[in-house]
Amino acid sequence: MVDHALTGVATSAESSGLKSVAADFSSDRKAFRNVSWGKAMMWIFLLSDTFVFSCFLISYMTARMSTTVPWPNPSEVFALTIAGKSLPLILIAIMTFVLISSSGTMAMAVNFGYRRDRRKTAILMLLTALLGATFVGMQAFEWTKLIHEGVRPWGNPWGAAQFGSSFFMITGFHGTHVSIGVIFLLIIARKVWRGDYDSQARGFFTSRKGNYESVEIMGLYWHFVDLVWVFIFAFFYLW
Amino acid sequence: MVDVPLGPGGVVAPTDIDDVELYHPHSWVTKYVFAQDAKVIAIQYALVALSVGLIALVLSWLMRLQLGFPGVFAFIDANAYYQFITMHGMMMVVYVLTALFLGGFGNYLIPLMVGARDMVFPYVNMLSFWVYLLAVLVLVASFFAPGGPTGAGWTLYPPQAILSGTPGGQEWGIILMLASLMIFIIGFTMGGLNYVVTVLQARARGMTLMRMPLTVWGIFTASFMALLAFPALFVGAVMMLFDRIFGTSFFMPAIVEMGQPLDRSGGSPLLFQHLFWFFGHPEVYIVALPAFGIVSDLISTHARRNIFGYRMMVWALLAIGALSFVVWAHHMYVSGMNPYFGFFFATTTLIIAIPTAIKVYNWILTLWRGNIHLNVPMLFALAFIVTFVNGGLTGLFLGNVVVDVPLSDTMFVVAHFHMVMGVAPILVIFGAIYHWYPKVTGRMLNDTLGKIHFWVTFLGAYLIFFPMHYLGLMGIPRRYHDIADMSFVPQSAHTLNAFITIVALFVGAIQMIFVFNLFWSLRHGRPSGGNPWRATTLEWQTPETPPPHGNWGKEVPVVYRWAYDYSVPGADQDFLPQNQPGTARTAAGPAHG
Repeated sequence: MVDHALTGVATSAESSGLKSVAADFSSDRKAFRNVSWGKAMMWIFLLSDTFVFSCFLISYMTARMSTTVPWPNPSEVFALTIAGKSLPLILIAIMTFVLISSSGTMAMAVNFGYRRDRRKTAILMLLTALLGATFVGMQAFEWTKLIHEGVRPWGNPWGAAQFGSSFFMITGFHGTHVSIGVIFLLIIARKVWRGDYDSQARGFFTSRKGNYESVEIMGLYWHFVDLVWVFIFAFFYLW
Repeated sequence: MVDVPLGPGGVVAPTDIDDVELYHPHSWVTKYVFAQDAKVIAIQYALVALSVGLIALVLSWLMRLQLGFPGVFAFIDANAYYQFITMHGMMMVVYVLTALFLGGFGNYLIPLMVGARDMVFPYVNMLSFWVYLLAVLVLVASFFAPGGPTGAGWTLYPPQAILSGTPGGQEWGIILMLASLMIFIIGFTMGGLNYVVTVLQARARGMTLMRMPLTVWGIFTASFMALLAFPALFVGAVMMLFDRIFGTSFFMPAIVEMGQPLDRSGGSPLLFQHLFWFFGHPEVYIVALPAFGIVSDLISTHARRNIFGYRMMVWALLAIGALSFVVWAHHMYVSGMNPYFGFFFATTTLIIAIPTAIKVYNWILTLWRGNIHLNVPMLFALAFIVTFVNGGLTGLFLGNVVVDVPLSDTMFVVAHFHMVMGVAPILVIFGAIYHWYPKVTGRMLNDTLGKIHFWVTFLGAYLIFFPMHYLGLMGIPRRYHDIADMSFVPQSAHTLNAFITIVALFVGAIQMIFVFNLFWSLRHGRPSGGNPWRATTLEWQTPETPPPHGNWGKEVPVVYRWAYDYSVPGADQDFLPQNQPGTARTAAGPAHG
C-alpha cells in the first residue's frame, strides 16, 4: 500500500484488536476507515444531540427532586379509560410500540437500500414515516387531553408546576425531532423512488450526487430518536 | 462521487466515498456572497466577528468611563452600565472569540493545513455563516428594542435575569439574547461538524493525525468540545425562555418582586448555574485551545526550531479538553454547594495546571537556543506566553476554595479572566492575522504599524488589567455601577480607576492602526510571495497565493513529514515543507514520522 510506505504505519488489515484501532487512528486521510463523511458527521451530530437530551432529562430530574410540592403520579395522569376500565399508561405504551416498530421498518429499508431494491426501500421508508407521523399524532392527542384537563406549562391541577413545564418541553422537543425525521424520510424516500441515487442526480441545494448510504444515515438519526424516546419513557413516565 | 459497486451477495458494502467533486460557483454572488468555499466563509466570519469586536470595544470604553469618572457621564446610569457589561461580555466570549477562532481561523486553516480541497460539507458550512450572521443581527437588534439589551450580566443568572428590576428582564432584552444564543448554537453546530469531520476524514495522503500542525489540533479539539458544551447552554436558554415567556418555574423559586409575591415556586436557580457553567468552563478552553495551537506554530516557525515535545503537546491539548468538562462548578464556590463538591472541583481545577504547564514548558524549550526572528507575529506569540502564564497563576488563586471565597466578585476575578481568556487569545488573534494575512491577500501587513500596534496593545493591556489585581485585593467589587460613595474604598483606588480608564481609551483607539493596516496593506502592502515566513505547513505550499477555490490546482499534496522540520542538519534550506519527499528527521519528530 502506498499509504503504508508513506506513513510507516501498519494498516488495520495487518493487525488486530486494539492494535487495529490504533492503526486506524494513526492512518493518513481517515481516522475511521470505511466511514464516509456523511456518516461520520451524523454520528458526531448525534453525540452532540445526546448531550442536548441528557441536559433536558437531567434538568427535569433536578426539578422533580427539588420541587416543594408533590409530583403528580404519571400512572394516573397518563391513564385512559377504555370500555369503563382505567388503563395506566396505555397510550404511552402504544406510542412506544409504534415508534419501536418504526425502527424495525427503518432497519429493513436500510437493508433493501444496499440491495438497490428501490421499490421496497421506498415503501419501507414511507411506512416508517407513517409510523412516525402516527406517533406524533398520538402525542398531539395526549397534549390535547392534558390541556383539556387543565395542564399548562405554568401549572396543573395535581401538584408541582414543573410537571407541565417539563412534560411540554421534553416531549415537544422530542416530537420536533420525530417530525423533522418524518420530513426527511419523505424526502429521501422520494429520491429513492425516483432513482436519484442510481441516476446520479444532483441534490437541489448541495448539487452533490447522492448515494444509497443516505438511507442508512437517515436510519441512524431515526434509531437515535427512538432510543431517546426509550429514555424519556423510562425517566418521565415510569419514574 | 464514485459509483458504489455491488459487493458479494448482491449487497453494497458501506464503502468509502473517495473523492467528492467540488461545487463550482458560477457567479459573483455564489463566489463571494453565498459562497461555499471555506476560505471565503472564513473571511466573512472574521469580518463579522471583528466588527462585533469593535462594538464590544466601544462598550468597554463606556464602562470604563463610568468606573474611572463616576457621575461625570450622565447618560451612563446603572441600567445602561449593566447593559454595557452584559453585551460586552457575551459579545466577546461567544460572538467574537469563538466565532473568530473556529469560524474564521478554523475555516481558513483546516482545509489548507490538512491538504483538503474544501470542508467536507460546503453547503452546510455556508449555512453556518449565515445563521451566525442572523444570531449577530438578533443580538445587535436588542440595542434598538424597547427597554434596550439585557443587563443581567453575561452569565444571565436567573431569577434576576427575567425580573423587572434588571434592564431588559421583563422587556425584549433577555428574550433576544437567549434567542440569539440559540441561533448561534445551531449555526455553530453546522460549522463544528464540518471542522471535526474534515480533520478526521478528509486529510491528504500521508497526513496522519500525529503529523498535523498543532493549529489544526487546537481548533479540532476546541470544535469537538464546543459540540459537547454548547448543548448545555442551549438547554439552559430554552428553559429560561420558557420561564420568561410561558411563566414556568424551572429556575424560579418562590420569590417576592417589588413587594409582590410572584406566582412562581419550586424552581432551582442553581440548576441554571450548573447548565451555564457546564458550557461556560469548556468555553474558556474552546477559546484557549485554538490559541495554544496557533501559538505553537508561530513560535516554531519564527524561532526556526521544531516544536519541543510535539506528542506531549497533542496529548496535553486533549487532556485539557477532557478535564475542562469536570471543573465547571469552580465558578460556583460562593453559590452554595456541598463542601465536598468544592473539594472535588478544586482538585480537578488544579490538575488542569499540569497539562497547561507542560505546554508552557514546551513553548519555552522550543524557544531555547532557537534562531528567534522578532517578527510581528512572533512578538504577539511571546506576549501571549507571558500573559497566559500571568493569568494562569491567578487562576491557581481562584481555583482554591478558601482563597476564592474572599476574592469572588471582586476586580481580581475581572483581572484574572481578562488576562487569561481576554487579552491572551486576542494577542494570538492579532499574531495569527499578521502571520496569515500574506496567505489570504498575497501582501504583507506593514511592519512598522504592526510593531506600534503590538507594543501599545501588549504594554497597554498590562497597564489596564494588572492594577485590577490590586483593586480586587482591596475588595473593590466587580459589576458595581458606582463605588464613589463607599467608605472602605481608599482614594488610591479611585485614582487607579481613572488611570485604567485613560489607558483603556488610548489602547482602544490605537487598535484603529491595526484596522487601517488591514485595509491599507490590501493594496499597498509589500507583495509577499507564496511563503514569506519560510514555513513548512501545507497552506504555504499552495501553487497560487491567495489560494483559489479548490486550493491545490490539479494535484492534492502528498505529505511526507511532520509540520516542524526546521533547521534540519544537512538540509540545503532551513525548513523542509511537509510535502517534500525524503527522509524525515526521526530523532526530533515522532519516531516513525
